[in-house]
Amino acid sequence: MATTADHFQGHVDDHGHADHDHKPAFFARWFMSTNHKDIGTMYLIFAIFAGIIGGAFSGMMRIELAEPGIQYLDTFAKWFGAVNPDFNSSLHVWNVLITAHGLIMVFFMVMPAIIGGFGNWFVPLMIGAPDMAFPRMNNISFWLTVAGFCSLLCSAFVPGGTGLGAGTGWTVYAPLSTTGSPGPAVDFGIFALHLSGAGSIMGAINFITTIFNMRAPGMTMHKMPLFVWSVLVTAFLLLLSLPVLAAAITMLLTDRNFGTTFFDPSGGGDPVLYQHLFWFFGHPEVYIMILPGFGIVSQIISTFSKKPVFGYLGMAYAMVAIGVVGFIVWAHHMYATGMSVNTKMYFTAATMVIAVPTGVKIFSWIATMWGGSIEFKSPMVWAIGFIFLFTVGGVTGVYLANGGIDDVVHDTYFVVAHFHYVLSLGAVTALFAGFYYWFPKMSGRMHSELLAHIHFWIFFVGVNMIFFPMHFLGLQGMPRRYPDYAEAYAHWNKVATDGYMVMAFSLVIWFINIIYAYTAGKKAEANYWGEGATTLEWTLSSPPPFHQFETLPVIEDAGHH
Amino acid sequence: MKSGRFASCVGHVAKALGLSLAIAAASAAAWAQEAAPAAAPAAAAGSYTPMKPTPGIGMPVDGGLGIQTQFSKIGEYGLWMHDVILMPVMVIISVFVLALLLWVIVRYNKRANPVASKTSHNTLIEVVWTLLPVLILVGIAIPSIDLIAKQYKPAPKGALTIKATGNQWFWTYSYPDNGDFEVVSNMLNLPGQPVVNNGVRDVGSKPWDGPSHLEVDNRMVVPVGEPIRLLVTAADVIHSFAVPSLWMKLDGVPGRINEKVLLVEKPGVYYGQCSELCGAKHGYMPIALEALPRDKFNAWVLTHPGGAIDGQKPAAQAAAAPAAEAAPVGEATGEGQGDATAAAAE
Repeated sequence: MATTADHFQGHVDDHGHADHDHKPAFFARWFMSTNHKDIGTMYLIFAIFAGIIGGAFSGMMRIELAEPGIQYLDTFAKWFGAVNPDFNSSLHVWNVLITAHGLIMVFFMVMPAIIGGFGNWFVPLMIGAPDMAFPRMNNISFWLTVAGFCSLLCSAFVPGGTGLGAGTGWTVYAPLSTTGSPGPAVDFGIFALHLSGAGSIMGAINFITTIFNMRAPGMTMHKMPLFVWSVLVTAFLLLLSLPVLAAAITMLLTDRNFGTTFFDPSGGGDPVLYQHLFWFFGHPEVYIMILPGFGIVSQIISTFSKKPVFGYLGMAYAMVAIGVVGFIVWAHHMYATGMSVNTKMYFTAATMVIAVPTGVKIFSWIATMWGGSIEFKSPMVWAIGFIFLFTVGGVTGVYLANGGIDDVVHDTYFVVAHFHYVLSLGAVTALFAGFYYWFPKMSGRMHSELLAHIHFWIFFVGVNMIFFPMHFLGLQGMPRRYPDYAEAYAHWNKVATDGYMVMAFSLVIWFINIIYAYTAGKKAEANYWGEGATTLEWTLSSPPPFHQFETLPVIEDAGHH
Repeated sequence: MKSGRFASCVGHVAKALGLSLAIAAASAAAWAQEAAPAAAPAAAAGSYTPMKPTPGIGMPVDGGLGIQTQFSKIGEYGLWMHDVILMPVMVIISVFVLALLLWVIVRYNKRANPVASKTSHNTLIEVVWTLLPVLILVGIAIPSIDLIAKQYKPAPKGALTIKATGNQWFWTYSYPDNGDFEVVSNMLNLPGQPVVNNGVRDVGSKPWDGPSHLEVDNRMVVPVGEPIRLLVTAADVIHSFAVPSLWMKLDGVPGRINEKVLLVEKPGVYYGQCSELCGAKHGYMPIALEALPRDKFNAWVLTHPGGAIDGQKPAAQAAAAPAAEAAPVGEATGEGQGDATAAAAE
């Protein structure tokens, strides 16, 4: 994507500011960047890089799980630098893999891509702003994320208890993460979360300020595109939830290193307190990952149906409602910890409430398509796939909301299936939809629609092969975070591992498509999707000029939904 | 009265052996019935041969799709909710959304519908698709809340207490009502794999061994058909005591004791696994729970040094009973037991 630099000169739009379109030299442009599009590009490249590592970890897990018994973990332990690993340190590698996969995919793939990447690129473009409100803070947000990622990678090579690396799960539950994991690995992991968390908080402040203050004349809140709404809600969730995580992991850090006992019962602390703090952050976090995806899908459905979004206000406030209710349901992750009966009932009821605004969104997307003149361009196919996969992940969410049912499925593969349906098949599908929707806008080059469609279908088959059988495994009782399992679970695990291969192959097609675009792709016009694409980014060239909207666009009453 | 009662006990015993819903009094009486003619010294010293599990019962089945067969009241209720309410709702909603998607794809594609409508609001339908899900959710919530309430019904007074403690990486089960002995339960080693627990035999080396990864050297033995007060805690990090076929999952948290009723309806072996990440061998600390009729449970108890039959002062009595008079003592204790539990049941 760095090659976009070459194409800017030829695409300066005629707003009469060609003189200002000088780009800084390479180092200044990419390492001291204050341009929202460049920072967005860096976020996307970083997310792809982190996603490859996190995805490779999941491949390592799937190959180990292909059949019962431990086959590969000692080899993996050697890769991480263990010399003659004993059985415990081989098994520890498994826990490092699940931990790293979770943390990387959440904090260093989905969030940087969907908020840092698409958010940075398109929020200013969609509201008609020249850049983000705090361009320098934008830059440090990105580099803090990179620094956090480096800290996380470092943790894999230092002792973490029974082996090298942090093997606590992404939830970092005490006391496994305190007394249960001596050595610096968990400290590195905590530091990684501190750094990327600080970056995300600054990013959130930047988005909120930008959206509140830098909308083009005439663009009221109720005329903002839904993607901007989704990023606004997400930014508030980040701003309110991340400090709680920061507090919780700081308490872990002092428990580990300075003799405090926040989570240690022998000093009057409580391990369950950590879980409350973590999930007070952790539940909004899952909406942080999916809400911008909702926004992307709304833009795409509207564009390719050639209709405005159905029930725009309902859609916007459904996201607000999801964000608000998302803060009061956290303990549904903790039904097995021995909560009181009334607490369990409350969290069951509150969690179910979230299904209502989510249902409003699903039905509004379908109603947007209803009566439309739908073109099945690649982003649209991905978006329709998203709606279905997210529905499946959503109904299993209602299932899991029931505290009484959770006694049998909690911490089994059913939960793994559920959250991968909403994330790996939901958020990631939305990311690919957004990628194909905006890639030509960002790069100036058209991708291959054929390859994009093939990518979709193979990916769709692959991820369903991986994750649908996990429902069966979970109902049959297979616990999560297990490197080995009883014979009875062998069949569906094998299917899931085969599915991983299919999914991985689809990603090869994606990379080929990117290479194709840069080598042979046609130049993209300003509005290559045609009449349905009505938001402001389509009024600019592809790629947009280095500085856009130096004369602010004025939004008329017809509005750009 | 005594003989009439004895006759009815025989009926109960037959039922219990027929793997029906044995109630506490019946199984307690069964102890009396069998202990008397059986080798009395064995009863006093205790006797136990592990039960051979039934394939597919209390454990996952090959390529299984759904929830394991349930062997507790709460499990049957939960399974009913899964089968009758939640699964149909999930399937219907998913299929409904899929059908709508397919319909708009077919009906409103560019060829079928060249000119898009400009409709973007319809208050009525928006109200409908907000309220209808609310009604569906209320329909789910009512039995769901009831299920939670039932799960939290405390154990009756006088219920047998068993405490499960999670350790890295094994379970210990202590029996405070039975002389407070402790059973240490390790997973059996897997042939052809690195040794998981030193000094523990391989799985499959005894005729009663269940599936690999699930079978242990010393099972948690419980009496069948009576509510047990199960206490769960942990010694080091958080563990979770889970037995899918008994609808049971409860975290063992250091510094806390969680409590739940365990009521197994049929004798058998029920397997589960630790369900909270607890370190390297998290995958290798299964739970094997063997539910036995009261008499056999009592005999199992007596195989442990210091083991005593619960609910009676006779703890000492049973241990002190002279071998020669073991038979009458056995009968007496059995009857005493029967009275105590019958009273509790009424």
